[in-house]
Amino acid sequence: MATADDQFYREYIIDHFKNPRNYGRLEHPDISHEEDNPLCGDVVGMDFRVKEGVIEEIRFHGRGCAISQASASLLTERLKGMSLDEAKKINKDDVLGELGIDISPARIKCALLSLKVLKVGAYGLADVDEE
Amino acid sequence: MAIRTIDVAAIRKDFPIFETGLAYLDSANTSQRPKQVTGAMLEYFEKFNSNIHRAAYRIAEEATVRYEATREKVRAFINAASTKEIVYTRGTTEAINLVAYAWGRKNIKKDDLIVLTIIDHHSNIVPWQILAAANGARIEYVDIDGKGELLQDQFADLLRQGPKLVAFNLVSNALGTINPAREMVAAAKKAGATVLVDGAQSTPHQPVDVRALGCDFYAFSGHKMLGPTGAGILYGRRELLEAMDPFQSGGDMIKTVRVEGTTYHDLPWKFEAGTQAIAEVIGLGAAVDYLDGLGMDAVRAHELDITEYAYEALSEVEGLTVYGPPPSRRAGVISFSLDGIHPHDLATIADRDQVCLRAGHHCAMPLMTRLGVPATARASFYVYTLREEVDRLVGSIKEAQRIFA
Repeated sequence: MATADDQFYREYIIDHFKNPRNYGRLEHPDISHEEDNPLCGDVVGMDFRVKEGVIEEIRFHGRGCAISQASASLLTERLKGMSLDEAKKINKDDVLGELGIDISPARIKCALLSLKVLKVGAYGLADVDEE
Repeated sequence: MAIRTIDVAAIRKDFPIFETGLAYLDSANTSQRPKQVTGAMLEYFEKFNSNIHRAAYRIAEEATVRYEATREKVRAFINAASTKEIVYTRGTTEAINLVAYAWGRKNIKKDDLIVLTIIDHHSNIVPWQILAAANGARIEYVDIDGKGELLQDQFADLLRQGPKLVAFNLVSNALGTINPAREMVAAAKKAGATVLVDGAQSTPHQPVDVRALGCDFYAFSGHKMLGPTGAGILYGRRELLEAMDPFQSGGDMIKTVRVEGTTYHDLPWKFEAGTQAIAEVIGLGAAVDYLDGLGMDAVRAHELDITEYAYEALSEVEGLTVYGPPPSRRAGVISFSLDGIHPHDLATIADRDQVCLRAGHHCAMPLMTRLGVPATARASFYVYTLREEVDRLVGSIKEAQRIFA
């Protein structure tokens, strides 16, 4: 099976995993938050620089499976330049839609870990509804 | 006497699940169950379903006889002195919790030392952490060397501090390491400690003799040894069990209940409160019969063969790291990691080839931290494992490497 034909590990997912966008840390971020998924050891953290309510700069760091890291990479691309008010509206369907693959129940936590970082870190919400 | 061998192709016919083409490489997690086990349980449900120890009618007597028959089968299987020393539990976890509660609260005092190991399963760590926090005791963990084997020098040092309790697994579920249990128990007993051996990963895979082992407690689960979930065993030396308070309380564990107070039932029923997992215990008895039929020496010989084969096959894969000792000192468990591919991604890809592989921390997070990895992939084998299933695993690994290339 060639990579491009793979219905789950699509080329752009592997690409975001191997060449993550906005990867690294920010010095003196306005918001910094990290979450992990103890079951599989995935870690995603995000640093935000916010100016006048707009996410001016964003970096993520972490380690884990292709789904968790690609999801984080894709989310940072979307968040950069977005107002916090807009970012607040991002929900799990947006994140799963961006991934563009069928996520099994066993992997949903991987896919939504980055959203959890955003929600808990940026707005102090307790958790993300995974239902 | 000729060593028996297992005719794997023949016994696989006893496991209907393999008709689906599944390569099941997660038996250290839970084993598959043969028709003999599910059949024994079904027979109970369809022919003599009733409660035990309570009724005077025929089917209840039949249920009680079959339920209690498992006790003698298990006693003989692990060579305990008496069926009074065989307590039914839901599994290893409940067995260890029983000891932590019913023995530990009474015997572990402030500043007492509990010795565990870094390769223990959470079920043999967390109950002791809770007990230590409640009673003010302290815990030390025996570390491992680069091969995943316990540092016996450090263990000896800890024994010199006079621990009250030593608890460790005979076989590590995450690395497969077979610990030198007999020597460790002897040393711990000499140091005056009470010793609990977690037999969850050893009992299904090699001959066990608790009297030769010399431990005070030995715990294991039925579901890892061809039996159903929900039935496990705590073996305890009789004088210890006699001196212990009950664990859970209620029906069936009592002799007399008066409003002024209660007297408890004799061993082992003192520890079996409420309606028990009757079908599951009967199923466990059938599993023991099945393993006895194969012979535990033959079980170990087959697993050693498969493990050597898999160890070699996996070691040849580029970018693959195997954790733990060489096959001769490990049970049928191989934990490994792949460069640039997370275990979960590998497990997802293997699953598409109908290869069942475990990915995660294997309920051994202190060990994962010690190894410096968030998770590993783990293949584990049993009586029904074929070499070609190992080949299919290698195929899935190569497919994953192609996707992530």
